[in-house]
Amino acid sequence: MTTGGNLFAQQEANRKASRRLIAGFILFIAWLGFGGDLVWYLATRDAVNAYGQSATHVVPWVGMILTAIAAAMAWGGYRFGPVALLKATGAREIETPENDLEQRLVNVVEEMAIASGAPRPGIWIVPDEHPNAFATGIKVHQSYVAVTEGLLEQLTREELQAVVAHEMGHIVNLDVRLMTLLTALVGAVAILHQGGFRMFLYGGGGRRSRSSSDRGGGAGPLVVILLVLWVASWIIAPLVTRFMVMKVGRSREYLADAMSAQFTRNPGALASALTKLGTSPIKPTAIPKSSAALCISDPYHSKWDEREGRMANLMATHPPLRERVNRLEQMAYLRSGESLPPHPAATAAQG
Amino acid sequence: MFTIVLLVLVAGVIFFGISAYNRLISLKNQVANAWKQIDVQLKRRHDLIPNLIETVKGAMSFERQTLEAVVEARSTAIAASTSGSVAATAQAETQLTGALSRLLAVVEAYPDLKATGNVAQLQEELTATENKISFSRQLYNDTATQYNTAQQTFPTMLFAGMAGASPATLWEITDESERAVPKVDLSFGSPTG
Repeated sequence: MTTGGNLFAQQEANRKASRRLIAGFILFIAWLGFGGDLVWYLATRDAVNAYGQSATHVVPWVGMILTAIAAAMAWGGYRFGPVALLKATGAREIETPENDLEQRLVNVVEEMAIASGAPRPGIWIVPDEHPNAFATGIKVHQSYVAVTEGLLEQLTREELQAVVAHEMGHIVNLDVRLMTLLTALVGAVAILHQGGFRMFLYGGGGRRSRSSSDRGGGAGPLVVILLVLWVASWIIAPLVTRFMVMKVGRSREYLADAMSAQFTRNPGALASALTKLGTSPIKPTAIPKSSAALCISDPYHSKWDEREGRMANLMATHPPLRERVNRLEQMAYLRSGESLPPHPAATAAQG
Repeated sequence: MFTIVLLVLVAGVIFFGISAYNRLISLKNQVANAWKQIDVQLKRRHDLIPNLIETVKGAMSFERQTLEAVVEARSTAIAASTSGSVAATAQAETQLTGALSRLLAVVEAYPDLKATGNVAQLQEELTATENKISFSRQLYNDTATQYNTAQQTFPTMLFAGMAGASPATLWEITDESERAVPKVDLSFGSPTG
Protein backbone atom coordinates (compact mmCIF):
# COMPACT_ATOMS: atom_id res chain seq x y z
CA MET A 1 0.00 0.00 0.00
CA THR A 2 2.97 2.35 -0.04
CA THR A 3 2.44 4.74 -2.86
CA GLY A 4 5.12 7.35 -2.79
CA GLY A 5 6.37 9.99 -5.11
CA ASN A 6 5.08 13.11 -6.75
CA LEU A 7 1.47 13.63 -7.72
CA PHE A 8 1.75 12.26 -11.25
CA ALA A 9 3.53 9.13 -10.02
CA GLN A 10 0.81 8.69 -7.40
CA GLN A 11 -1.95 9.19 -9.97
CA GLU A 12 -0.39 6.55 -12.19
CA ALA A 13 0.02 4.09 -9.31
CA ASN A 14 -3.57 4.68 -8.16
CA ARG A 15 -4.95 4.18 -11.65
CA LYS A 16 -3.07 0.89 -11.97
CA ALA A 17 -4.23 -0.37 -8.58
CA SER A 18 -7.78 0.66 -9.40
CA ARG A 19 -7.73 -1.11 -12.76
CA ARG A 20 -6.44 -4.30 -11.16
CA LEU A 21 -9.13 -4.19 -8.48
CA ILE A 22 -11.91 -3.60 -10.99
CA ALA A 23 -10.62 -6.39 -13.24
CA GLY A 24 -10.54 -8.76 -10.25
CA PHE A 25 -14.05 -7.74 -9.28
CA ILE A 26 -15.45 -8.28 -12.77
CA LEU A 27 -13.70 -11.68 -13.00
CA PHE A 28 -15.18 -12.76 -9.66
CA ILE A 29 -18.68 -11.74 -10.77
CA ALA A 30 -18.19 -13.53 -14.09
CA TRP A 31 -17.17 -16.68 -12.19
CA LEU A 32 -20.29 -16.43 -10.02
CA GLY A 33 -22.50 -16.11 -13.10
CA PHE A 34 -21.10 -17.63 -16.24
CA GLY A 35 -18.57 -19.76 -14.33
CA GLY A 36 -21.50 -21.52 -12.68
CA ASP A 37 -23.09 -22.13 -16.06
CA LEU A 38 -19.86 -23.68 -17.28
CA VAL A 39 -19.67 -26.00 -14.27
CA TRP A 40 -23.32 -26.90 -14.73
CA TYR A 41 -22.68 -27.63 -18.41
CA LEU A 42 -19.71 -29.85 -17.56
CA ALA A 43 -21.73 -31.68 -14.92
CA THR A 44 -24.67 -32.34 -17.23
CA ARG A 45 -22.78 -33.00 -20.43
CA ASP A 46 -24.07 -36.56 -20.79
CA ALA A 47 -27.27 -36.09 -18.82
CA VAL A 48 -30.65 -37.21 -20.11
CA ASN A 49 -34.01 -36.57 -18.47
CA ALA A 50 -36.83 -38.98 -17.74
CA TYR A 51 -38.04 -38.83 -21.36
CA GLY A 52 -34.67 -39.72 -22.83
CA GLN A 53 -33.95 -36.22 -24.10
CA SER A 54 -30.64 -34.51 -23.54
CA ALA A 55 -30.65 -32.47 -20.31
CA THR A 56 -27.38 -30.69 -20.91
CA HIS A 57 -27.26 -27.16 -19.51
CA VAL A 58 -26.62 -25.16 -22.67
CA VAL A 59 -28.13 -21.70 -22.18
CA PRO A 60 -26.12 -19.81 -19.49
CA TRP A 61 -29.14 -18.79 -17.38
CA VAL A 62 -27.25 -18.00 -14.20
CA GLY A 63 -24.91 -15.55 -15.89
CA MET A 64 -27.71 -14.01 -17.93
CA ILE A 65 -29.99 -13.50 -14.93
CA LEU A 66 -27.14 -12.00 -12.90
CA THR A 67 -26.27 -9.64 -15.76
CA ALA A 68 -29.92 -8.67 -16.28
CA ILE A 69 -30.52 -7.83 -12.61
CA ALA A 70 -27.27 -5.85 -12.44
CA ALA A 71 -28.13 -3.98 -15.65
CA ALA A 72 -31.57 -3.06 -14.33
CA MET A 73 -30.13 -1.83 -11.04
CA ALA A 74 -27.36 0.11 -12.78
CA TRP A 75 -29.91 1.72 -15.06
CA GLY A 76 -31.95 2.79 -12.07
CA GLY A 77 -28.84 4.16 -10.40
CA TYR A 78 -27.77 6.07 -13.49
CA ARG A 79 -31.23 7.44 -14.10
CA PHE A 80 -32.31 8.43 -10.60
CA GLY A 81 -29.23 8.24 -8.35
CA PRO A 82 -27.70 11.74 -8.59
CA VAL A 83 -30.94 13.69 -8.26
CA ALA A 84 -32.26 11.38 -5.55
CA LEU A 85 -29.12 11.96 -3.52
CA LEU A 86 -29.30 15.75 -3.82
CA LYS A 87 -33.00 15.62 -2.84
CA ALA A 88 -32.29 13.32 0.11
CA THR A 89 -29.87 15.84 1.59
CA GLY A 90 -32.31 18.71 1.13
CA ALA A 91 -29.72 20.59 -0.91
CA ARG A 92 -30.54 23.75 -2.88
CA GLU A 93 -28.85 24.87 -6.07
CA ILE A 94 -27.02 28.18 -6.24
CA GLU A 95 -28.34 30.01 -9.27
CA THR A 96 -27.18 33.49 -8.34
CA PRO A 97 -24.94 33.77 -5.29
CA GLU A 98 -26.65 35.59 -2.43
CA ASN A 99 -23.77 36.34 -0.11
CA ASP A 100 -19.99 36.57 -0.10
CA LEU A 101 -19.48 32.95 0.91
CA GLU A 102 -21.66 31.69 -1.92
CA GLN A 103 -19.92 34.00 -4.38
CA ARG A 104 -16.60 32.61 -3.23
CA LEU A 105 -17.84 29.04 -3.70
CA VAL A 106 -19.06 29.82 -7.22
CA ASN A 107 -15.71 31.43 -8.09
CA VAL A 108 -13.76 28.50 -6.67
CA VAL A 109 -15.86 25.96 -8.57
CA GLU A 110 -15.37 27.94 -11.79
CA GLU A 111 -11.61 28.07 -11.16
CA MET A 112 -11.41 24.33 -10.59
CA ALA A 113 -13.57 23.58 -13.61
CA ILE A 114 -11.03 25.54 -15.66
CA ALA A 115 -8.11 23.75 -14.02
CA SER A 116 -9.64 20.33 -14.74
CA GLY A 117 -10.74 21.23 -18.26
CA ALA A 118 -14.32 20.14 -17.50
CA PRO A 119 -17.51 22.17 -17.88
CA ARG A 120 -18.72 23.89 -14.73
CA PRO A 121 -20.80 21.47 -12.63
CA GLY A 122 -24.02 22.45 -10.92
CA ILE A 123 -23.34 23.91 -7.47
CA TRP A 124 -25.50 22.81 -4.54
CA ILE A 125 -25.48 23.72 -0.88
CA VAL A 126 -26.50 21.22 1.78
CA PRO A 127 -28.07 22.78 4.87
CA ASP A 128 -25.81 21.11 7.39
CA GLU A 129 -23.35 22.60 9.86
CA HIS A 130 -21.12 19.54 9.54
CA PRO A 131 -18.29 20.36 7.08
CA ASN A 132 -18.31 18.00 4.12
CA ALA A 133 -18.67 17.82 0.35
CA PHE A 134 -19.55 15.33 -2.36
CA ALA A 135 -19.86 15.14 -6.12
CA THR A 136 -22.47 13.26 -8.08
CA GLY A 137 -23.54 12.82 -11.69
CA ILE A 138 -23.05 10.09 -14.24
CA LYS A 139 -21.66 12.23 -17.06
CA VAL A 140 -18.91 14.85 -16.96
CA HIS A 141 -21.13 17.50 -18.53
CA GLN A 142 -24.02 16.71 -16.20
CA SER A 143 -22.43 16.72 -12.78
CA TYR A 144 -23.06 18.35 -9.44
CA VAL A 145 -20.81 19.46 -6.63
CA ALA A 146 -22.49 19.79 -3.25
CA VAL A 147 -20.92 21.32 -0.16
CA THR A 148 -22.40 21.83 3.28
CA GLU A 149 -22.92 25.23 4.86
CA GLY A 150 -20.48 24.21 7.58
CA LEU A 151 -17.78 23.65 4.97
CA LEU A 152 -18.25 27.15 3.54
CA GLU A 153 -17.97 28.70 6.98
CA GLN A 154 -15.07 26.71 8.35
CA LEU A 155 -12.57 26.47 5.51
CA THR A 156 -10.20 29.09 4.12
CA ARG A 157 -10.37 29.89 0.43
CA GLU A 158 -7.41 27.64 -0.37
CA GLU A 159 -8.84 24.73 1.61
CA LEU A 160 -12.21 25.16 -0.10
CA GLN A 161 -10.42 25.17 -3.44
CA ALA A 162 -8.62 21.94 -2.58
CA VAL A 163 -11.88 20.23 -1.54
CA VAL A 164 -13.67 21.37 -4.71
CA ALA A 165 -10.68 20.18 -6.75
CA HIS A 166 -10.99 16.74 -5.12
CA GLU A 167 -14.64 16.64 -6.21
CA MET A 168 -13.69 17.77 -9.74
CA GLY A 169 -11.23 14.87 -9.71
CA HIS A 170 -14.11 12.46 -9.02
CA ILE A 171 -16.09 14.10 -11.83
CA VAL A 172 -13.42 13.87 -14.53
CA ASN A 173 -12.58 10.31 -13.46
CA LEU A 174 -16.28 9.34 -13.73
CA ASP A 175 -16.10 7.81 -10.26
CA VAL A 176 -19.81 8.12 -9.54
CA ARG A 177 -20.60 6.11 -12.67
CA LEU A 178 -18.03 3.47 -11.71
CA MET A 179 -19.25 3.16 -8.14
CA THR A 180 -22.92 3.04 -9.23
CA LEU A 181 -22.11 0.20 -11.61
CA LEU A 182 -20.12 -1.75 -9.02
CA THR A 183 -22.81 -1.21 -6.39
CA ALA A 184 -25.40 -2.55 -8.84
CA LEU A 185 -23.29 -5.69 -9.31
CA VAL A 186 -23.07 -6.12 -5.54
CA GLY A 187 -26.85 -5.70 -5.33
CA ALA A 188 -27.45 -8.29 -8.04
CA VAL A 189 -25.19 -10.75 -6.25
CA ALA A 190 -27.04 -10.12 -2.98
CA ILE A 191 -30.45 -10.70 -4.61
CA LEU A 192 -29.37 -13.93 -6.31
CA HIS A 193 -27.68 -15.08 -3.10
CA GLN A 194 -30.97 -14.62 -1.21
CA GLY A 195 -33.00 -16.30 -3.93
CA GLY A 196 -30.56 -19.18 -4.32
CA PHE A 197 -30.47 -19.75 -0.58
CA ARG A 198 -34.28 -20.04 -0.42
CA MET A 199 -34.38 -22.38 -3.41
CA PHE A 200 -31.78 -24.56 -1.78
CA LEU A 201 -33.74 -24.65 1.50
CA TYR A 202 -37.22 -25.32 0.14
CA GLY A 203 -36.96 -27.02 -3.19
CA GLY A 204 -33.35 -27.76 -3.94
CA GLY A 205 -32.91 -31.02 -2.07
CA GLY A 206 -35.56 -33.01 -3.89
CA ARG A 207 -34.63 -31.79 -7.32
CA ARG A 208 -30.98 -32.41 -6.77
CA SER A 209 -31.49 -36.11 -5.94
CA ARG A 210 -33.62 -36.63 -9.02
CA SER A 211 -31.10 -35.06 -11.31
CA SER A 212 -28.29 -37.13 -9.88
CA SER A 213 -30.19 -40.29 -10.62
CA ASP A 214 -30.77 -39.05 -14.18
CA ARG A 215 -27.14 -38.43 -14.74
CA GLY A 216 -25.64 -40.80 -17.23
CA GLY A 217 -21.92 -41.13 -16.79
CA GLY A 218 -21.48 -39.16 -13.54
CA ALA A 219 -19.25 -36.15 -13.20
CA GLY A 220 -15.50 -36.37 -12.96
CA PRO A 221 -13.64 -35.29 -9.83
CA LEU A 222 -12.60 -32.00 -11.46
CA VAL A 223 -16.22 -31.04 -12.03
CA VAL A 224 -17.06 -31.88 -8.44
CA ILE A 225 -14.20 -29.70 -7.19
CA LEU A 226 -15.32 -26.85 -9.45
CA LEU A 227 -18.89 -27.23 -8.22
CA VAL A 228 -17.81 -27.11 -4.58
CA LEU A 229 -15.67 -24.07 -5.31
CA TRP A 230 -18.54 -22.35 -7.04
CA VAL A 231 -21.01 -23.01 -4.23
CA ALA A 232 -18.41 -21.84 -1.70
CA SER A 233 -17.88 -18.67 -3.76
CA TRP A 234 -21.59 -17.96 -3.66
CA ILE A 235 -21.72 -18.42 0.11
CA ILE A 236 -19.08 -15.77 0.67
CA ALA A 237 -20.03 -13.64 -2.36
CA PRO A 238 -22.18 -10.93 -0.72
CA LEU A 239 -19.46 -10.07 1.80
CA VAL A 240 -16.55 -10.39 -0.61
CA THR A 241 -18.13 -8.23 -3.30
CA ARG A 242 -18.99 -5.53 -0.78
CA PHE A 243 -15.40 -5.49 0.51
CA MET A 244 -14.07 -5.29 -3.02
CA VAL A 245 -16.27 -2.33 -3.86
CA MET A 246 -15.17 -0.54 -0.69
CA LYS A 247 -11.57 -1.15 -1.64
CA VAL A 248 -12.18 0.32 -5.08
CA GLY A 249 -13.86 3.30 -3.41
CA ARG A 250 -10.83 3.89 -1.19
CA SER A 251 -8.47 3.73 -4.15
CA ARG A 252 -10.64 6.29 -5.97
CA GLU A 253 -10.41 8.59 -2.93
CA TYR A 254 -6.61 8.49 -3.09
CA LEU A 255 -6.79 9.17 -6.81
CA ALA A 256 -9.13 12.14 -6.31
CA ASP A 257 -6.70 13.51 -3.69
CA ALA A 258 -3.90 13.32 -6.26
CA MET A 259 -6.15 14.96 -8.87
CA SER A 260 -6.83 17.78 -6.41
CA ALA A 261 -3.08 18.25 -6.00
CA GLN A 262 -2.73 18.45 -9.77
CA PHE A 263 -5.51 21.02 -10.16
CA THR A 264 -4.50 23.31 -7.30
CA ARG A 265 -0.76 22.51 -7.14
CA ASN A 266 -1.31 22.98 -3.45
CA PRO A 267 -1.55 19.55 -1.79
CA GLY A 268 -0.89 21.14 1.60
CA ALA A 269 -4.26 22.91 1.45
CA LEU A 270 -6.09 19.59 0.96
CA ALA A 271 -4.13 18.03 3.83
CA SER A 272 -5.19 20.81 6.16
CA ALA A 273 -8.81 20.72 4.90
CA LEU A 274 -8.99 16.94 5.43
CA THR A 275 -7.62 17.32 8.92
CA LYS A 276 -10.28 19.94 9.72
CA LEU A 277 -13.05 17.77 8.28
CA GLY A 278 -11.82 14.58 9.87
CA THR A 279 -11.55 16.09 13.33
CA SER A 280 -14.71 18.21 13.25
CA PRO A 281 -16.85 17.64 16.35
CA ILE A 282 -20.06 18.69 14.55
CA LYS A 283 -22.30 15.74 13.69
CA PRO A 284 -24.02 15.61 10.30
CA THR A 285 -27.78 16.13 10.20
CA ALA A 286 -28.65 16.23 6.50
CA ILE A 287 -26.32 13.68 4.94
CA PRO A 288 -27.88 10.20 4.96
CA LYS A 289 -25.75 7.38 6.28
CA SER A 290 -26.12 5.47 3.02
CA SER A 291 -24.28 8.16 1.08
CA ALA A 292 -21.41 8.54 3.55
CA ALA A 293 -19.10 6.79 1.11
CA LEU A 294 -19.59 9.57 -1.44
CA CYS A 295 -18.35 12.32 0.85
CA ILE A 296 -14.78 13.58 0.79
CA SER A 297 -14.38 12.62 4.44
CA ASP A 298 -16.51 10.07 6.29
CA PRO A 299 -19.19 12.18 8.01
CA TYR A 300 -19.95 9.47 10.56
CA HIS A 301 -16.35 8.94 11.55
CA SER A 302 -16.74 5.22 11.18
CA LYS A 303 -14.47 3.67 13.73
CA TRP A 304 -12.78 1.72 10.96
CA ASP A 305 -11.64 4.80 9.10
CA GLU A 306 -8.92 5.70 11.54
CA ARG A 307 -7.69 2.23 12.19
CA GLU A 308 -4.92 0.60 10.34
CA GLY A 309 -4.46 -3.08 9.75
CA ARG A 310 -6.34 -5.93 8.13
CA MET A 311 -9.86 -5.41 9.44
CA ALA A 312 -9.81 -1.68 8.77
CA ASN A 313 -8.54 -2.38 5.27
CA LEU A 314 -11.72 -4.36 4.71
CA MET A 315 -14.34 -2.32 6.49
CA ALA A 316 -13.59 1.37 5.99
CA THR A 317 -15.33 3.47 3.35
CA HIS A 318 -12.50 6.00 3.41
CA PRO A 319 -8.73 5.63 3.66
CA PRO A 320 -7.27 6.61 7.03
CA LEU A 321 -6.73 10.34 7.43
CA ARG A 322 -3.12 9.83 8.46
CA GLU A 323 -2.29 8.00 5.25
CA ARG A 324 -4.08 10.53 3.08
CA VAL A 325 -2.24 13.42 4.73
CA ASN A 326 1.01 11.49 4.48
CA ARG A 327 0.61 11.01 0.74
CA LEU A 328 -0.34 14.66 0.24
CA GLU A 329 2.76 15.70 2.16
CA GLN A 330 4.83 13.60 -0.19
CA MET A 331 3.26 15.40 -3.13
CA ALA A 332 4.18 18.70 -1.48
CA TYR A 333 7.76 17.39 -1.14
CA LEU A 334 7.46 17.74 2.61
CA ARG A 335 8.14 14.08 3.17
CA SER A 336 10.52 12.01 1.13
CA GLY A 337 10.28 8.59 2.73
CA GLU A 338 7.84 6.06 1.40
CA SER A 339 6.97 4.43 4.68
CA LEU A 340 5.04 5.88 7.54
CA PRO A 341 6.53 5.89 10.99
CA PRO A 342 4.78 2.97 12.69
CA HIS A 343 1.55 3.77 14.43
CA PRO A 344 1.93 3.62 18.23
CA ALA A 345 -0.97 1.16 18.54
CA ALA A 346 0.46 -1.02 15.78
CA THR A 347 3.87 -1.26 17.41
CA ALA A 348 2.25 -2.08 20.72
CA ALA A 349 0.30 -4.90 19.09
CA GLN A 350 3.38 -6.23 17.37
CA GLY A 351 5.51 -5.68 20.49
CA MET B 1 -3.45 -22.26 -38.06
CA PHE B 2 -0.56 -20.07 -39.17
CA THR B 3 -2.84 -17.78 -41.17
CA ILE B 4 -5.18 -17.37 -38.19
CA VAL B 5 -2.28 -16.34 -35.94
CA LEU B 6 -1.07 -13.95 -38.61
CA LEU B 7 -4.54 -12.43 -39.04
CA VAL B 8 -4.94 -11.95 -35.29
CA LEU B 9 -1.53 -10.27 -35.13
CA VAL B 10 -2.32 -7.95 -38.05
CA ALA B 11 -5.69 -7.07 -36.53
CA GLY B 12 -3.96 -6.34 -33.22
CA VAL B 13 -1.41 -4.04 -34.84
CA ILE B 14 -4.12 -2.19 -36.78
CA PHE B 15 -6.23 -1.75 -33.65
CA PHE B 16 -3.19 -0.47 -31.75
CA GLY B 17 -2.36 1.96 -34.55
CA ILE B 18 -5.88 3.35 -34.67
CA SER B 19 -6.02 3.94 -30.94
CA ALA B 20 -2.56 5.58 -30.91
CA TYR B 21 -3.51 7.82 -33.82
CA ASN B 22 -6.81 8.79 -32.18
CA ARG B 23 -5.10 9.52 -28.89
CA LEU B 24 -2.70 11.91 -30.61
CA ILE B 25 -5.47 13.71 -32.47
CA SER B 26 -7.56 13.99 -29.32
CA LEU B 27 -4.61 15.44 -27.38
CA LYS B 28 -3.86 17.85 -30.22
CA ASN B 29 -7.40 19.20 -30.07
CA GLN B 30 -7.31 19.39 -26.29
CA VAL B 31 -4.11 21.45 -26.49
CA ALA B 32 -5.71 23.84 -29.00
CA ASN B 33 -8.78 24.13 -26.80
CA ALA B 34 -6.72 24.76 -23.65
CA TRP B 35 -4.83 27.49 -25.47
CA LYS B 36 -8.10 29.19 -26.47
CA GLN B 37 -9.28 28.90 -22.88
CA ILE B 38 -6.44 31.22 -21.82
CA ASP B 39 -7.73 33.82 -24.29
CA VAL B 40 -11.24 33.45 -22.92
CA GLN B 41 -10.02 34.15 -19.39
CA LEU B 42 -7.88 37.12 -20.49
CA LYS B 43 -10.89 38.59 -22.30
CA ARG B 44 -12.96 38.11 -19.17
CA ARG B 45 -10.43 40.12 -17.20
CA HIS B 46 -10.54 42.94 -19.76
CA ASP B 47 -14.32 43.07 -19.45
CA LEU B 48 -14.17 43.10 -15.67
CA ILE B 49 -11.82 46.04 -15.24
CA PRO B 50 -14.21 48.93 -16.09
CA ASN B 51 -16.65 47.74 -13.39
CA LEU B 52 -13.86 47.35 -10.95
CA ILE B 53 -12.53 50.85 -11.51
CA GLU B 54 -16.07 52.17 -11.10
CA THR B 55 -16.34 50.53 -7.67
CA VAL B 56 -13.20 52.04 -6.19
CA LYS B 57 -13.01 55.34 -8.11
CA GLY B 58 -15.06 57.41 -5.66
CA ALA B 59 -13.23 56.38 -2.52
CA MET B 60 -9.73 56.69 -3.92
CA SER B 61 -9.83 59.63 -6.30
CA PHE B 62 -6.44 60.71 -5.01
CA GLU B 63 -4.84 57.44 -6.13
CA ARG B 64 -5.24 58.55 -9.71
CA GLN B 65 -1.90 57.08 -10.81
CA THR B 66 -2.67 53.54 -9.76
CA LEU B 67 -6.07 53.61 -11.41
CA GLU B 68 -4.71 55.12 -14.60
CA ALA B 69 -1.97 52.51 -14.76
CA VAL B 70 -4.64 49.78 -14.70
CA VAL B 71 -6.75 51.47 -17.39
CA GLU B 72 -3.73 52.01 -19.56
CA ALA B 73 -2.43 48.45 -19.14
CA ARG B 74 -5.89 47.19 -20.04
CA SER B 75 -6.05 49.11 -23.32
CA THR B 76 -2.52 48.03 -24.23
CA ALA B 77 -3.51 44.42 -23.56
CA ILE B 78 -6.64 44.70 -25.70
CA ALA B 79 -4.62 46.25 -28.51
CA ALA B 80 -2.03 43.51 -28.25
CA SER B 81 -4.66 40.75 -28.32
CA THR B 82 -6.25 42.18 -31.48
CA SER B 83 -2.82 42.41 -33.12
CA GLY B 84 -2.51 38.66 -32.66
CA SER B 85 1.13 38.66 -31.59
CA VAL B 86 1.64 36.11 -28.83
CA ALA B 87 4.77 37.75 -27.46
CA ALA B 88 3.19 41.21 -27.33
CA THR B 89 0.03 39.78 -25.70
CA ALA B 90 2.03 37.93 -23.07
CA GLN B 91 3.97 41.07 -22.20
CA ALA B 92 0.91 43.34 -22.07
CA GLU B 93 -0.99 40.86 -19.89
CA THR B 94 1.94 40.62 -17.51
CA GLN B 95 1.87 44.42 -17.23
CA LEU B 96 -1.83 44.27 -16.47
CA THR B 97 -1.33 41.63 -13.79
CA GLY B 98 1.26 43.89 -12.17
CA ALA B 99 -1.00 46.96 -12.31
CA LEU B 100 -3.89 45.02 -10.79
CA SER B 101 -1.85 43.64 -7.95
CA ARG B 102 -0.62 47.16 -7.14
CA LEU B 103 -4.22 48.33 -7.11
CA LEU B 104 -5.17 45.54 -4.75
CA ALA B 105 -2.29 46.46 -2.43
CA VAL B 106 -3.40 50.10 -2.39
CA VAL B 107 -7.04 49.17 -1.81
CA GLU B 108 -6.12 47.08 1.20
CA ALA B 109 -4.36 50.08 2.70
CA TYR B 110 -7.51 52.23 2.65
CA PRO B 111 -9.53 52.03 5.84
CA ASP B 112 -12.38 53.97 4.17
CA LEU B 113 -12.72 51.39 1.46
CA LYS B 114 -12.40 48.56 3.90
CA ALA B 115 -15.23 49.98 5.96
CA THR B 116 -17.66 49.97 3.05
CA GLY B 117 -17.32 46.22 2.82
CA ASN B 118 -16.68 46.33 -0.87
CA VAL B 119 -13.05 45.46 -0.41
CA ALA B 120 -13.72 41.85 0.47
CA GLN B 121 -15.82 41.44 -2.65
CA LEU B 122 -13.30 43.26 -4.76
CA GLN B 123 -10.50 41.13 -3.39
CA GLU B 124 -12.47 37.97 -4.04
CA GLU B 125 -13.25 39.06 -7.59
CA LEU B 126 -9.63 39.95 -8.34
CA THR B 127 -8.32 36.73 -6.79
CA ALA B 128 -10.80 34.66 -8.80
CA THR B 129 -9.89 36.47 -12.02
CA GLU B 130 -6.17 36.01 -11.57
CA ASN B 131 -6.69 32.39 -10.49
CA LYS B 132 -8.77 31.62 -13.57
CA ILE B 133 -6.04 32.95 -15.81
CA SER B 134 -3.31 31.01 -14.10
CA PHE B 135 -5.39 27.80 -13.93
CA SER B 136 -6.15 28.04 -17.63
CA ARG B 137 -2.40 28.36 -18.27
CA GLN B 138 -1.76 25.41 -15.99
CA LEU B 139 -4.30 23.30 -17.89
CA TYR B 140 -2.64 24.31 -21.14
CA ASN B 141 0.78 23.30 -19.84
CA ASP B 142 -0.50 20.00 -18.42
CA THR B 143 -2.26 19.10 -21.66
CA ALA B 144 0.68 20.22 -23.81
CA THR B 145 3.03 18.10 -21.69
CA GLN B 146 0.79 15.04 -22.16
CA TYR B 147 0.72 15.72 -25.90
CA ASN B 148 4.50 16.12 -26.10
CA THR B 149 5.08 12.99 -24.02
CA ALA B 150 2.79 11.00 -26.30
CA GLN B 151 4.78 12.20 -29.32
CA GLN B 152 8.07 11.13 -27.77
CA THR B 153 7.15 7.78 -26.26
CA PHE B 154 6.67 4.37 -27.82
CA PRO B 155 4.34 3.31 -29.43
CA THR B 156 2.42 6.56 -30.02
CA MET B 157 5.62 8.16 -31.43
CA LEU B 158 5.35 5.92 -34.49
CA PHE B 159 2.12 7.65 -35.47
CA ALA B 160 3.15 11.24 -34.68
CA GLY B 161 4.00 11.94 -38.30
CA MET B 162 0.74 10.50 -39.59
CA ALA B 163 -1.29 12.54 -37.07
CA GLY B 164 0.60 15.70 -38.06
CA ALA B 165 1.74 16.17 -34.47
CA SER B 166 4.46 18.63 -33.57
CA PRO B 167 5.70 19.54 -30.09
CA ALA B 168 3.58 22.20 -28.35
CA THR B 169 5.39 25.07 -26.68
CA LEU B 170 4.75 25.43 -22.97
CA TRP B 171 3.59 28.75 -21.63
CA GLU B 172 6.24 30.37 -19.50
CA ILE B 173 6.91 33.57 -17.65
CA THR B 174 8.09 36.23 -20.10
CA ASP B 175 8.76 38.94 -17.57
CA GLU B 176 11.94 38.32 -15.61
CA SER B 177 10.75 40.48 -12.72
CA GLU B 178 7.85 38.11 -12.15
CA ARG B 179 10.26 35.22 -11.91
CA ALA B 180 12.44 37.09 -9.47
CA VAL B 181 9.73 37.23 -6.79
CA PRO B 182 8.25 33.76 -6.77
CA LYS B 183 5.07 33.38 -4.74
CA VAL B 184 5.86 29.91 -3.55
CA ASP B 185 4.16 28.82 -0.40
CA LEU B 186 4.67 25.21 0.57
CA SER B 187 3.71 25.66 4.19
CA PHE B 188 0.63 23.86 5.45
CA GLY B 189 -2.54 25.65 6.45
CA SER B 190 -1.43 28.82 4.75
CA PRO B 191 -3.80 31.77 5.00
CA THR B 192 -6.31 32.61 2.31
CA GLY B 193 -4.62 33.74 -0.87
